[in-house]
Amino acid sequence: MAPDTAPREIVRLITCGSVDDGKSTLIGRLLFEAGAVPADQTAALPQIDGEADLSFLVDGLAAEREQGITIDVAYRFFDIGERRFILADTPGHEQYTRNMVTAASTADLAIVLVDARKGVLTQTRRHSRLLALLGVRRVVLAVNKMDLVGGSRDRFDAIVEDYRAFAAAIGLTDVTAIPVSARRGDNVMIAGAMPWFAGPTLMAHLQTVRVSEAAPGPLRMAVQGVTRHADFRGVAGRIASGTVHPGDAVRILPSGVRAAIARIVTADGDLEQAHAGQSVTLTLTPDVDVSRGDLIAADAPPEVADQLDAHVVWMSDRPLLSGRAYWLKLGPATVSARVSDIRHKVNVDTGEELAAATLSLNDIGRCTLALDAPVAFEPYAVNRDLGGFILIDRMTNETAGAGMIRFALRRSANVRPQALSVSRADRAALKRQSPLVLWFTGLSGAGKSTIANRVEQRLNAGGLHTVLLDGDNVRHGLNRDLGFTDADRVENIRRVAEVARLMTDAGLIVLVSFISPFRDERRMARERMEPGEFVEIFVDAPLEVAEARDVKGLYAKARAGQLTNFTGIDSAYEPPESPELHIDAAAVSPDEAADRIMALIRARQAG
Amino acid sequence: MRLHDDVLGRLEAEAIHIFREVAAECERPVLLFSGGKDSAVLLYLARKAFFPAPPPFPLLHVDTMWKFREMYAFRDQAAADAGMELLVHRNPEAEAEGINPFDHGASVHTDLWKTQGLKQALDLHRFDAAFGGARRDEEKSRAKERIVSVRSPAHGWDPKRQRPELWSLYNTRLSAGESLRVFPLSNWTEIDVWRYVQREAIALPSLYFAAERPVIERDGALLMLDDDRMALRPGEQARPRRVRFRTLGCWPLTAAVDSDADTLDAVIREVRDSLMSERQGRAIDHDPAASMERKKREGYF
Repeated sequence: MAPDTAPREIVRLITCGSVDDGKSTLIGRLLFEAGAVPADQTAALPQIDGEADLSFLVDGLAAEREQGITIDVAYRFFDIGERRFILADTPGHEQYTRNMVTAASTADLAIVLVDARKGVLTQTRRHSRLLALLGVRRVVLAVNKMDLVGGSRDRFDAIVEDYRAFAAAIGLTDVTAIPVSARRGDNVMIAGAMPWFAGPTLMAHLQTVRVSEAAPGPLRMAVQGVTRHADFRGVAGRIASGTVHPGDAVRILPSGVRAAIARIVTADGDLEQAHAGQSVTLTLTPDVDVSRGDLIAADAPPEVADQLDAHVVWMSDRPLLSGRAYWLKLGPATVSARVSDIRHKVNVDTGEELAAATLSLNDIGRCTLALDAPVAFEPYAVNRDLGGFILIDRMTNETAGAGMIRFALRRSANVRPQALSVSRADRAALKRQSPLVLWFTGLSGAGKSTIANRVEQRLNAGGLHTVLLDGDNVRHGLNRDLGFTDADRVENIRRVAEVARLMTDAGLIVLVSFISPFRDERRMARERMEPGEFVEIFVDAPLEVAEARDVKGLYAKARAGQLTNFTGIDSAYEPPESPELHIDAAAVSPDEAADRIMALIRARQAG
Repeated sequence: MRLHDDVLGRLEAEAIHIFREVAAECERPVLLFSGGKDSAVLLYLARKAFFPAPPPFPLLHVDTMWKFREMYAFRDQAAADAGMELLVHRNPEAEAEGINPFDHGASVHTDLWKTQGLKQALDLHRFDAAFGGARRDEEKSRAKERIVSVRSPAHGWDPKRQRPELWSLYNTRLSAGESLRVFPLSNWTEIDVWRYVQREAIALPSLYFAAERPVIERDGALLMLDDDRMALRPGEQARPRRVRFRTLGCWPLTAAVDSDADTLDAVIREVRDSLMSERQGRAIDHDPAASMERKKREGYF
């Protein structure tokens, strides 16, 4: 028996093409020819024309098998020669962008499948644009079903010429074209069916094609955590680029503190050198303060910024709203972030740039992001791990989007917070009060403004300094450029939260009476304030009650179709889950409500 | 230096990265440890990830009362060597009912002891992430599994709710009651596990290596009698036979294979040249099509 030789390197591969292009058959053929299919699985395959249907090898979940399509990303493994291939198999139907982007994010190499009878299609162009966007620069153009065009060289040459011209225009210049028949196996492992073709078979090409070496460049390692044991203290992480040696001078970002590498610690003993891809634990001298999310960097350190220009791919059914806060995860760093501007949306079929107010599922947009804290990064084109991020929905916790950083915006670097001599505590002390935000939320007509007005009268009579921000009034001034779409509602609340924050800085008690229908934005407002300063008051009137009152006649208009995006009618209201005060507006009079609120304020002022 | 760049080196570095991410972001992780080869490799990698400190989580064994005797001894020794707390959970209802694979069948046995037992243990200790040794090459529905996989408060797996995993970014955020299953060996194949065991000299139960064992043949499967709890049918008689196990589970449900592979080299050659998939010896996977997917929806690991 031959001695055991393990494969030496991992190559990550993605295949792109629709179901009709024979993608599943090609993958099944690759797995079969590479010897990656156990006999008990081959025996279970259905037969077509007396041959095993290899496409069945890559059909995974029951739900998908019933529909005859795959709907997610599946990973397959096979070895050819000294290489281990991890193949990410993605479907060709709905959810395509989301799935393909996921699969392409880690791919070194792509196989783009084209049906020889159909040539380069819109879908081929879409797949290729996504590859370019995700930084998959090496492409194998597999012109499939050559047996169905009689092995025509002219047909092959025409398709290749067509594809190369398009690919070069979007930055894909490393294209190798191979004519194949996945069903028959021609030019997959066995050459000769098309004698005019002098190039390598698909498997020979996969075995020898050059793929990226471990990321070059200066040392970068994101800190995953600090390992402590007795007197030992080390920072654990996986090296994202470059090499590290004991004695190397490094900087800790974003703080910029300098240190030197003392030891490279692993369970197999200390190392004299480690490089990109390795998981290690470093000790530093001096033993400076480092925490999860920091970046250890040598030489010209990467940029640190809190305003980023990035491409964002949207992956959630809940559309991206500019102004809404999401968790941004970049390596081990997680910060709160908002899309402050969607510069344009990209039509992946045509490459056209379109104006957009939101991004929906499978949309790709070029965006400006504002982060609550600065992060160290490299542009995505320089390093995927240091420039790729995900956006997490703060309400559902789903991974809602993925982004690729292009560059930092200078404007944040040039605007530094000004240190002030008189503090917010000084201003509040002069007024002999503690600043507070009373945030009234509820349907239109629930009685928010009536109650807020009574509370302010009492506070004023009691000698306290207040201001009342009313939704209707603010929309006549500061927010008069905003409408009632979801995106505008988010911005409406962001602005009023910022104003409320400034007024608490001035030491005031701020009453905010806004419908503020979304939980995410009320939470954002809460997080803008100091701990304990935000009091959420839910003025809870059932829709029937609010609609019956209809003080402003708005419900009637909305019902008549003269007003769109009206909360409660054709726009959602998300009730608070745990407000500081819940007022049943159908059972409690405005004066009783004010009594309860005053009691709560007295408790806060006393504390 | 090249050692770090080969396939095993890359897979090791990825697994360590996953352990560190989840340990940093989850409040109460746990490592599921059965004493099989995959969990032995998993434990070994966890120890590397946090070296020189011990891993910051305990081990959990969801016991079925029907594991091979050697696995119990191996399990206790491995936990002691690692200096980690070992929690053992047995479903009290299954224990009271005396659930076993002979009287109740493989499905009921597996559901009550393993699936329900796991849910109980995770709820009892309020674990929010459980590391397991499952690999994508094991079975079709596993090929689509995420490295970090979200489970509902009832521990169900919904393929439609799984989160896209890009680059090496894992979203570990949970809503109330949800928990994670984490698979650091996702991208390993069976042969990788064996080669790694050899390269790192990781101790395993001797059941993985060929030896003469008391075996009966039932319904085409070779079963080793690990104790005297199995009632023999007329004509059945245990005979010594040279066998080994490719995978270890409950002994009445885990078929042995004829083999002369009594060293790591020989096992690796055998696995490499084998024409049968690894889980073929597991009775649980021979239910109707897509049984693994159904079991996962119900909360099986």
